[in-house]
Amino acid sequence: MNRIDKKFRKLKADRKKACIVYITAGYPDLHKTKRLIPALERAGADIVELGIPFSDPLADGPTIQAASQEALKNNVNLPKIFKMVKMARRVTDIPIVFMTYYNPVLKYGQKQFLRDCVKSGVDGLIIPDLPMEESRDLKPAARKSKIALIFLAAPTSTRERLKNISRDSRGFIYYVSLTGVTGARQKLPMEVASKVKLIKSMTRKPVCVGFGVSSPQQAEQIANVADGVIIGSAVIKVIERNLNKGGLTDKVGKFVKQLADAIHNV
Amino acid sequence: MLPNKDGRFGRFGGRFVPETLMTALDELETEYKRARSDRKFTDELNYYLKEYAGRPTPLYLARRLSKQSGAKIYLKREDLLHTGAHKINNTLGQALLARRMGKPRLIAETGAGQHGVATATVAALFGLRCEVFMGDEDIKRQSINVFKMKLLGARVTPVHSGSKTLKDAMNEAIRDWVTNVRDTYYVIGSVAGPHPYPMMVRDFQSVIGKEAKRQIKAKEKRFPDYLVACVGGGSNAMGLFYDFIGDKKVKLIGVEAAGLGLGTGRHAATLCKGSIGVLHGAKEYILQDRNGQISVAHSISAGLDYPGVGPEHSYLKETGRAKYVAVTDKQALEGFKMLSELEGIIPALESSHAVYYAARLAKGAGKNKVIIVCLSGRGDKDIDIVRGVL
Repeated sequence: MNRIDKKFRKLKADRKKACIVYITAGYPDLHKTKRLIPALERAGADIVELGIPFSDPLADGPTIQAASQEALKNNVNLPKIFKMVKMARRVTDIPIVFMTYYNPVLKYGQKQFLRDCVKSGVDGLIIPDLPMEESRDLKPAARKSKIALIFLAAPTSTRERLKNISRDSRGFIYYVSLTGVTGARQKLPMEVASKVKLIKSMTRKPVCVGFGVSSPQQAEQIANVADGVIIGSAVIKVIERNLNKGGLTDKVGKFVKQLADAIHNV
Repeated sequence: MLPNKDGRFGRFGGRFVPETLMTALDELETEYKRARSDRKFTDELNYYLKEYAGRPTPLYLARRLSKQSGAKIYLKREDLLHTGAHKINNTLGQALLARRMGKPRLIAETGAGQHGVATATVAALFGLRCEVFMGDEDIKRQSINVFKMKLLGARVTPVHSGSKTLKDAMNEAIRDWVTNVRDTYYVIGSVAGPHPYPMMVRDFQSVIGKEAKRQIKAKEKRFPDYLVACVGGGSNAMGLFYDFIGDKKVKLIGVEAAGLGLGTGRHAATLCKGSIGVLHGAKEYILQDRNGQISVAHSISAGLDYPGVGPEHSYLKETGRAKYVAVTDKQALEGFKMLSELEGIIPALESSHAVYYAARLAKGAGKNKVIIVCLSGRGDKDIDIVRGVL
């Protein structure tokens, strides 16, 4: 069984919600990313989402854009990231999901990409610019490789689209809390609860919510209605603030622990 | 009929965008198809094209240029349109569509500023709000157009990310659209982006080729031998080519920007030197490195400075129906001077690429050959740049 499914089964048995943490691979450098992954696990994260840096991240806000740019400046690329994940896998069993734009995958070669996901221990894929309609090649190939292709659902998705997304998504369904790009927000739309409920009426798969979640309080609110909460930009901001100070891993761990506690206490 | 129902031209095109936009694209496609077959819509569009934009544009026989070059060169004078370029053909159509869909706000990306000005113009005309995203680098080199947009009541938002040019402006416009999709209409300026844009922009621009066909038949009693147009995203070229695609004897030639030279890596010749990938919602030829990161394009003309190209051009290249060549910054400047001195027409730097290539093509072609060049825009906006390098 895929590590993601196993994780959600365990969370369900424990009656807990998932704390999913996004970090950009190679920000501030790959060595730190490798150390951050087990640190996030120790802090209570249930799943790590690794952002693959891309030159034109059109679904991302300024925080993740800047982190990606920084990583690209350091020549971070997929072969190096796969190697890093493989090494991290020696010390952690936490589910790892790639968040990547489609072009780097296409250029790498979809088959080779999936093979290397399996070999290095990547469990799932989130591709924000690959809607269901365009996944006809990747979807069956990912299934064969047992890599979970996680689809996003949006506030603007019609009922019929939500149905298809629920049917096709593997691992979990990623509900985008708002119309917009990634990035911490003070307030999230009211309709999140009703939308998550609607999706949950269509599927037994976990529904997790991301985009805009900035604080433990918000994470708790979301955890009340969803099966998991995804936090990205807020974590990147902690990294950004502590770039040139010591104890980066501890500081990120501390912040993530607050988030994880808030989510797990629901 | 291309694209197919999935928005594909062969293996190109499609809709590689965030889920948030998928419903909006569906709605846009449905509404566009309805509008296209609605007499009221097409009548109104034709009215504005004629009375406001100044269509039809002349197909002008450039006598001195022809004499010097050797073949008959006709210029399709899109530069004479209101706002000085072919872009208005498309923005009029899309603004009418936005109004029909009840969207009060237009957004657009712009490189040279021509599409930005054309969008700001129609926004003023129809009383819509307008915000234009423009790379910081382009804002510097196209300051006159920035001022024009502001005069027309648009907000010009500088884009500081990435290469600070057209591709980054388009990223930012897409981000805005994802955020404000419910009340905002995104006016894409080229035959690029997710379906239905490549089809829709082509249709709106195809008036260029339809007129040219009628005009050349009247003047020469036959079809042209060659059509020549510059290609950045490819809207003026697609507009000129489209009605001739079925006329197999007419050779279609797209002229890309070779920048400092195809061997230097500093160019925007996506079809000549690029490879297949996904950019801004479509599968098409793009400029990318071996890791699939999008490369920074270079051209002296901001309007060609784009590392992608429309999916239908990608298809025309693959099927061999059209041929794509490239002309350097230096050669484009020669074309710029040539047309200014021989014909009293100052062309846009974008169009100068096509002018240069057509003149060269004419040399070996023979006296009886007929070439139509799309003079997509006028050169006023480029005066400062040209003054800086000549």
